[in-house]
Amino acid sequence: MGVLTKNGGSRSEGWLLSTILIVAISLTLAPVLRLFVEGVTDQGAVGLSLAGEVLRQPSTLSALKHSLVTAGFGTLVSVVLGSAFAFLVALTDLRAKAALVFCLMIPMMIPPQITALSWTQIMGPSSVLLKTLGLAPPLGSPQPLYSAQGIILLLGIQHMSIIFLTLRAGLRAIPQEVVEAARISGARGLRTWWQVVMPLTLPSLAAGTAITFVTALGNFGIPAMLGIPAGYATLPTLVYQKLAGMGTSVLAEVSILAMLIGAVAVTGILTQRFFQSRQRVYLVGATSRPLAIPLGAARLPVEVLLWAVVCTILVLPMFGLLATSLVPAYGVPLRLDTVTLQAWTEVLLRQPVTTRAFANSFGLAIGAAVVLMLLCLPLAWLMERNPTRLSRLFDSLLDLPYALPGVVLSIAMILLLIKLPFTDATLYGTIWIIFLAYLARFFAVMFRPVQASLKQLDPAMGEAAQSVGASLFQRLRDVIVPLSAPAAAAGAILVFLTAFNELTVSALLWSSGTETLGVVIFNLDDSGETAMASALAMTIVLVVMALMVLVQLMSRRFPKGVVPWQT
Amino acid sequence: MADISLSALGKSFAGAPALHDITTTFKDGEFVALLGPSGCGKTTLLRLLAGFEMPTTGQISIGPREVAHVAGNRMVPPEDRNIGFVFQSYALWPHMNVRRNVSYPLEIRRFSKAEITAPTDQALQATGLTDYADRMPSELSGGQRQRVALARCLVSHPDAVLLDEPLANLDVALRASMQTVFTDFHKRTGATMVYVTHDQSEAMAMADRIAVMDKGRIQQFDTPQTLYERPKNRFVAEFVGRGTVVPMRGVEKSDSALHGHVLGTRIAVQSGDDLPSHVCLRPENLTISETGDLRAKVARVTYLGGKYLLETVADCGTRLLAETRARFDVGMQLGLTITTPWAFSEE
Repeated sequence: MGVLTKNGGSRSEGWLLSTILIVAISLTLAPVLRLFVEGVTDQGAVGLSLAGEVLRQPSTLSALKHSLVTAGFGTLVSVVLGSAFAFLVALTDLRAKAALVFCLMIPMMIPPQITALSWTQIMGPSSVLLKTLGLAPPLGSPQPLYSAQGIILLLGIQHMSIIFLTLRAGLRAIPQEVVEAARISGARGLRTWWQVVMPLTLPSLAAGTAITFVTALGNFGIPAMLGIPAGYATLPTLVYQKLAGMGTSVLAEVSILAMLIGAVAVTGILTQRFFQSRQRVYLVGATSRPLAIPLGAARLPVEVLLWAVVCTILVLPMFGLLATSLVPAYGVPLRLDTVTLQAWTEVLLRQPVTTRAFANSFGLAIGAAVVLMLLCLPLAWLMERNPTRLSRLFDSLLDLPYALPGVVLSIAMILLLIKLPFTDATLYGTIWIIFLAYLARFFAVMFRPVQASLKQLDPAMGEAAQSVGASLFQRLRDVIVPLSAPAAAAGAILVFLTAFNELTVSALLWSSGTETLGVVIFNLDDSGETAMASALAMTIVLVVMALMVLVQLMSRRFPKGVVPWQT
Repeated sequence: MADISLSALGKSFAGAPALHDITTTFKDGEFVALLGPSGCGKTTLLRLLAGFEMPTTGQISIGPREVAHVAGNRMVPPEDRNIGFVFQSYALWPHMNVRRNVSYPLEIRRFSKAEITAPTDQALQATGLTDYADRMPSELSGGQRQRVALARCLVSHPDAVLLDEPLANLDVALRASMQTVFTDFHKRTGATMVYVTHDQSEAMAMADRIAVMDKGRIQQFDTPQTLYERPKNRFVAEFVGRGTVVPMRGVEKSDSALHGHVLGTRIAVQSGDDLPSHVCLRPENLTISETGDLRAKVARVTYLGGKYLLETVADCGTRLLAETRARFDVGMQLGLTITTPWAFSEE
């Protein structure tokens, strides 16, 4: 009721805000809370004995070590690659920056299991591409990517975009005057760099590093595709193997593991928030022309080098994937007489599992995008207009289901929905548990762009409609929705993109009949149908890139801060 | 059309009071200006009238209808108050063309096509926008946007029109012509209008009565002429016109005339009080003469076109403003005579 008295706008606003807020909180925060309760209880009583037992198991300890090693070194690779690109793109006079930024965003948008699949296609003895070129190592030699080093390399490439984006945003916020002031005071060359630019960028670099570590820690696709064949388990793959092998009887045990991942992740998220808040203090109000350092004669060589790196990490694996998808059987070299579309037709048209998976993934992704749009538009507007204590708390926590590793959210969802309260019904094993998990996970993906655009909207827009007699519903329909539609559309496309590609959540929640595309690629590769897996992966990559181009083309119509790769 | 009456109206934001105990009535068909420095509570008062904010104490009635009553826990939301509001930022909906912006209030009321078209055309014509009906707001100039905002609140015949510094974003020349648009609009419609501004010349030019506000209170609510000639207290005297307030001692009343000591000279004053304590000295109360009792030195000269404004410092240190047609130089000594200023009592 506090909502009503603070704002005179209208009672219906307060009522609607409370209603949507309750729905949103039960969607996003209830599962996380449920997992926490499970972790600190043991067969109904409060206790930590099971937790202690699970945490002492050697498999837990080795998986924890593997997770920390791969996520840690993977983050290091991301930092090196991402910050090199960020410094060069943000601070110098390189040409074709927009194209470069767009290409650097692709690794983040391509699902990790496809990244892993594509890289295994350009290395190892059975690589179709290497065989075609006559460069393949002899049969029987090991796949070099099936190792900790392989996981580290691919995690590093997958998440370099995160470092790139946060650091670039931080660098662009440094006004040129800061450097000019240092030079006029007599600082030259590397000294300016070291004493002025570096200290100012450190908070954004630290924030980016922390969130990259959390994302790498929660990554399931890469360690699953590369680590499981090598017997190298990380925490997410350990949870998956336990649950896949023994079913829900080990639910209590895997909850503890999920809590463990969650605890490490929350530490990372808090680190990131700490640095992000420090960054804001630094550069408040001072944005004029961003820095632009002329590279001079070095410009062309630097450009060639950057594009070569982009080709190596992006184009080459895609060629590997394409080559594998065009041969009749895995291991056959690609020549004019062996090229065939057999795998494509088989996987897209004949296999009932893949058609079903397409339908499932499309349905889930479109459903999630539509439901989230309907929830987030009014919610973001009402939260902006009538901030209450509860809405502010929710604002600070709503990123949690997206920031937490997918494995954690999946286990939380199983715990919450395996037995619906007050009934014997269960959602576990149905498509609805995946759907609800998607809504929770991608809530922030939809909410943040909409919120960013509504923050820039003049509050008088709504008030003007109110003063001429428009009811709450009419104001939303005629003024707020049309004005925030571009941002909502961008948010919906992003939700669709991420949900369409998603593997981590559905890998733990799927059952026969509710497979998603991510699960099918993983299973096809697991059962040796690599050509078909590659054809399917190629299709998904094309869909992803088409949608990204669409967002890019529409980006001029969006308010600032809506398209994630245009900061 | 309706009276607006406020009683014991107060508003606090997070415990900090913005308006105190406002009790007054805006009469039916009156053009009222709320005038005051920024932060005086004038916009808060306007938003309370519109219903965008809820009062912390007191009540508001528009015509016979009580629209907000804190003790009775009654609050009519803005959409049900039948008022018009003109925003400083105009608040035109950028995704609707001029015609749709203007006709939207009628659309909301579920009128038929014909019932919408006729009044919309009329409103567009009254504001001289007929030729721009199909443009988008982004294709209009500032003055045109303001007229669309005015047409939008004209179209549904509101009981009262509230205007929140509508001219603040326009340049000086456009402001003068928009003032005419507003006064014509008021004459034609006879609507009760409440106009917030911090520009006293704007308020003086348009309003029937001006409520001068400071620190969340109405300091004086009178016609422009009364405000200027008979200010009630120091704030009004200094804020309206270029008044210098100085203390007065030894007040004596004889045959309905008041006399007192001001800046060391004994002069006749006018007042509504029996025992005033201060006088307000405006340029028209000061005459420059060699024989003047009050000696002062010229500190600054500003040319106003045809006359000069002299900022002078009296021997006692008080700054006084005088107007003259003759030219004086900075540093010159001159004599001033005070003629019947307005006096008021101030504690």
